[in-house]
Amino acid sequence: MFGFKFLGNTHVPHRKNTAGMPAVRMPAPDEVLLHVSQHIGAPAKVVVKAGDEVKVGQLIAEAGGFVSAPIYSSVSGKVAKIEKYVNYYGQAVDAVRILSDGMMTVCESVVPPIINDLDSFVEAVRRSGAVGLGGAGFPTAVKLEAAKNGTIHTMVINGAECEPYITSDTRTMLDDTDHVAAGIALLEKYIPELEKIYIGIEANKPDCIAKLTEVFKNDPKLTVKKLPALYPQGSEKVLVHNCTGKVVPANKLPGDIGILVMNVSTLAFIASYAETGMPLVERTLTLDGSAVKEPKNVTAPIGTPIGKVIEFCGGLKEEAGKVLYGGPMMGVCACSMDDPVLKTTNAITVLNKKDSAPAKDTACIHCGRCVAACPHFLNPAGFSQTLNMEIKEDKMARLQATEVLSCMECGCCSFVCPANRPLIQNNRIAKAELKDYLAHQATLKK
Amino acid sequence: MEKLIVATSPHLRSTDTTHSIMRDVLIALLPATVASVVLFGFRAALMVLICVASAVIAEALFCLICKRPQTVGDLSAAVTGLLLALNLPAKTALWQCAVGSVFAIIVVKCLFGGIGCNFANPAITARIFMLISFGQVAGGSDTVFADQVAGATPLAAIKAGETAIPSLTDMLIGKHGGAIGETCAVALIIGFIYLVVRRVIHWETPVIFVGTVFLLSLIIKQDVSAAVYQVLGGGLLIGAIFMATDYVTTPINRAGKWVFALGCGIITVLIRFWGSYPEGVSFSILIMNILSPYIEKWCAKKPLGGEKNA
Repeated sequence: MFGFKFLGNTHVPHRKNTAGMPAVRMPAPDEVLLHVSQHIGAPAKVVVKAGDEVKVGQLIAEAGGFVSAPIYSSVSGKVAKIEKYVNYYGQAVDAVRILSDGMMTVCESVVPPIINDLDSFVEAVRRSGAVGLGGAGFPTAVKLEAAKNGTIHTMVINGAECEPYITSDTRTMLDDTDHVAAGIALLEKYIPELEKIYIGIEANKPDCIAKLTEVFKNDPKLTVKKLPALYPQGSEKVLVHNCTGKVVPANKLPGDIGILVMNVSTLAFIASYAETGMPLVERTLTLDGSAVKEPKNVTAPIGTPIGKVIEFCGGLKEEAGKVLYGGPMMGVCACSMDDPVLKTTNAITVLNKKDSAPAKDTACIHCGRCVAACPHFLNPAGFSQTLNMEIKEDKMARLQATEVLSCMECGCCSFVCPANRPLIQNNRIAKAELKDYLAHQATLKK
Repeated sequence: MEKLIVATSPHLRSTDTTHSIMRDVLIALLPATVASVVLFGFRAALMVLICVASAVIAEALFCLICKRPQTVGDLSAAVTGLLLALNLPAKTALWQCAVGSVFAIIVVKCLFGGIGCNFANPAITARIFMLISFGQVAGGSDTVFADQVAGATPLAAIKAGETAIPSLTDMLIGKHGGAIGETCAVALIIGFIYLVVRRVIHWETPVIFVGTVFLLSLIIKQDVSAAVYQVLGGGLLIGAIFMATDYVTTPINRAGKWVFALGCGIITVLIRFWGSYPEGVSFSILIMNILSPYIEKWCAKKPLGGEKNA
């Protein structure tokens, strides 16, 4: 009756300062730190030991399960030691520290994969170490497994890049268009059931929309979809809805309704892997933020300490307050400048002291902005209230009925809150409590 | 090595704060305040001053005595004081203004937990409290809501069956009886536009509220001008624009706000036509304030991809 309504309505500042800057390649750092948990799922298992010589593209940790991804050396040199590293989720995981010899000698095992059907294609993707490069880090091969039973009919390609500052996907679309196109061609070839392909791009990237529309003008299956430049267009379920009009049921994945969602950079990487056989060892990222002297797009070896990337780009103009993996809306704080660049690091945002100062929260005034902003139509203020309920069973029943698990922590509610309430933090607590409770109930039933 | 701050996302906040929202409400009330001084003279300015000052001082003292964080800075007490002043007739005794303000802040707001925790709108509740308590004191044999400058309010006059009611132009610019801030429709509508443009309120609540009153009056009276007088006379505009849109005491979701506004309109008409008071806006908002948590629960939107309403 009212026509199609786009999800996502939060006016987050764009700050795409680096949109016009092609990525510059960074030389090999003196040492890299590669930890085994750079994806969603089981940590990889280290297969090298201290003292081993390694080359670029050599396997150093193999996939630790079905939902997992292998890790490859990003430099050539010597394994200094295998150490414990506390990642940003607070888990201590194995990490391989490699001293670079500066030669960047490519490993002999790096040869183009032989791909002749879907099985070999998925196997190649599995071996490439590909994970969702948009930031979530879900192993790509696992997503593609769903295509094997022929249920995938639509692919949605994520070029929305809705976070402030970040332009690495924008640059991939502009500078690496051939690989993006090749990646799409590969998927079209090996998944013949694909009927429709959408590329969702926010309206603030008109050059990307123009270029991709031009490239794909002869592909009848493919539509380049212009999305409003409103946060969070790049969120999976929001993107699927805004491109296809379909709603992914709560607690389900897009794959469950036959939709495959891929990030543009992931596609470009898969195409380049199919061409050269070089696994995922480097990463294009945007370095920006209020403390950065010269914002840039950089291609850096995975495992490079963040401090070295900042140094390469000309350093900071102000003292750093927060260093973020990702953008300011969903980014996770790094604990030190020595923390490494990960597979999923699409940006490093360095905020100055002023922008990092914690906001003082005041009482909720019930203004309803969080409710209006939530792209999943949840009630963040309500979750915070529910958390205060005394009786655990009632609390859990209410949290479950109000679909707290649908919250994908996009940050809109906290962003718009005039009282600076810790809404998203409360959502996380609520989700964790509910998950624990449900797991406990499941064990009791057994 | 330098220390980095580690916190959870988001690391970016919008610039709006409770303070800036309340400041916008004060700015939106400015035209009505100026109009009240122009129409009702210096005494109106004095009433505004006393109401705002006593509201702010009451909240400051309450926070101080109860050792709670000082909340005067968020300007919400000033908004309450100003709204209350604009809702009182010009001959309200000044001590009554002060008592009303203190009642609004201490009893209605602070005792329930301060900002964000009150279940009823403080200014509305204080107005009703004063109507009931001082009705005979302030206005002698008249009710408190009859005014000496321009005579009885148009609504009271209509209700009493009088025919000498102000012209439509006078109704729009406010040259008629009533509370000092509620008479000038033009000033209130300017405030409404400001609030909508600044995205402090959504246009829907006031429009539904006023629209309901207009349509029901039209149906009952079968006369367009009678319906227009129902909209412009009395506290409907100030109530619909500034009180029925109060965040704290109305439903948090959009559909809930629609139901809230509709209910306010219906109850207002019921009281105006069949109740013993000529005016029903305050009571209607108060009654809907009390129902608001239930409306909020019934009107919750189905989560995206969810199966049932929460």
